[in-house]
Amino acid sequence: MNMQTTLAGVTFKNPVMTASGTFGSGMEYAEFVDLNKLGAVVTKGVANVPWPGNPTPRVAEVYGGMLNAIGLQNPGIDVFMERDIPFLKQYDTGIIVNVCGKTVEDYVAVVERLGEESAVSMLEINVSCPNVKEGAIAFGQKADALFDITREVKKYAKQPIIMKLSPNVTDITEMARAAEAAGADALSLINTLTGMKIDVHKRTFALANKTGGMSGPAIKPIAVRMVYQTAKAVKIPIIGMGGISNAEDAIEFILAGASAISVGAMNFVNPYCTMEIVQGIEDYMRRYNVENLTDLIGAVQE
Amino acid sequence: MKEKHTARVLSQKEAAPMIFDMWIETELAKQALPGQFICVYTKDKSALLPRPISICEVNEDKTALRIVYRIAGQGTKEFSSYQAGDSIAILGTLGNGFPKDKAVGKKVFLMGGGIGVPPILQLAKEMDAEKQIIVGYRDGNLFLKEDLDKYGRVYVATEDGSVGTKGNVMDAIAAEALEADMIFACGPMPMLRAIKRYAEDKGIDAYISLEEHMACGVGACLGCVVKTSEVDHHSHVHNARICTDGPVFEAKEVDI
Repeated sequence: MNMQTTLAGVTFKNPVMTASGTFGSGMEYAEFVDLNKLGAVVTKGVANVPWPGNPTPRVAEVYGGMLNAIGLQNPGIDVFMERDIPFLKQYDTGIIVNVCGKTVEDYVAVVERLGEESAVSMLEINVSCPNVKEGAIAFGQKADALFDITREVKKYAKQPIIMKLSPNVTDITEMARAAEAAGADALSLINTLTGMKIDVHKRTFALANKTGGMSGPAIKPIAVRMVYQTAKAVKIPIIGMGGISNAEDAIEFILAGASAISVGAMNFVNPYCTMEIVQGIEDYMRRYNVENLTDLIGAVQE
Repeated sequence: MKEKHTARVLSQKEAAPMIFDMWIETELAKQALPGQFICVYTKDKSALLPRPISICEVNEDKTALRIVYRIAGQGTKEFSSYQAGDSIAILGTLGNGFPKDKAVGKKVFLMGGGIGVPPILQLAKEMDAEKQIIVGYRDGNLFLKEDLDKYGRVYVATEDGSVGTKGNVMDAIAAEALEADMIFACGPMPMLRAIKRYAEDKGIDAYISLEEHMACGVGACLGCVVKTSEVDHHSHVHNARICTDGPVFEAKEVDI
């Protein structure tokens, strides 16, 4: 039985990854999870300089999910290269670094630094964070802007690039096609859905940022639909995510067309869930006599 | 070592209106420190995130933890329905705890306000110092007061004036003309701000326990940060994580 999956020429031991922003750089969860068992750790977004993020409250619970408006707080690429990369290199797991920026130059600066580090398998370009006012999502909601930044980043990237797409658009396949046309090697979807919560007793917003990105099991059907539509629209591989909490959820995304999957908010609910999903996928493959994980990709019957 | 597991409820009672007092049998009791907290998960799958609740007491055998919490929403309401023998999913032990060793031989204030009173109990139990315990309540429902009496002189303030000094814990300090070399406190933000100012005026150290909405509880999500006066060692910006760098901070280190 072979659980390997390959994206843009990079092979991962299994399709289970961590969704950016929910797992730090793995340090905090290494106490719960054997990182060696994961296909890849996708890091929290890193920018060229430290970002302080948004005021608190930054998180709120909603029915079947949560809202966050962290605002991409990160220590900047210098600290990341000195601390986080050496930490991750101790493990036999793929390293995918999520890159954020306010301008094209910011993204390029980070991508160039990461090019020095051969242990980094792929770069995930965050053009879809709904919680920062400049950059990020501004590049991810218009097809021509997405095309331009993808092309620019691709020029400087030493590793294959994954464009992380926003679901907060009219037609995600239009965005996916633009990224593919500009040279993206893979796609990640979906980022969080923009939401809002109001505390009716205090008559205030639950988040200081007013709006936040919704994640968790409640968004899963939307994410599965978008992965399916996108897989039909492009040839490049997809990392599927959005509300995955167990192996069946993961397989649903793979059948819809994802070559790998990421677990996000559920890490907060069950810190062991990534490892449990790896085991669960293996059990599923055994139960249904699936020889290669890749046989399941996009294998939903039409 | 942090761990999530299913533990067993040993007992539960209502300590005051909307305030519940639960003992949980768990191995986490072995490592629990005063001022640390646990995350408690609901059985209701629509409510995903764990509820951070401070550790109130550890039993003598270190086989059980006591939590005393207020019903604040649907999650804590569910917990309040648990009875002896029920299972309860918890993650712990989390956070740094109070630096109680700094108090050895000193004259201290141990201050708790409202639902910030519970962590003061285990701290009072373990602390080797001249303890003046100052607790503030809304009214005459003085939950944990009798437990605290065993570990030091207790001064009470109530908002409605029904017991002790009318007002808050700062009013009690003034009314009783109390003095200390060091403060340890947990309570609502206005109280912690007043303590921070008081400690600065008096030139003494104060250690305060903060709270914030949390998601992961283990330092990964960066949801529960507090502004810090210096650049934080982990974030490299002026933000520390309350769940892992705290919840206890030296008052002068945080910008509250």
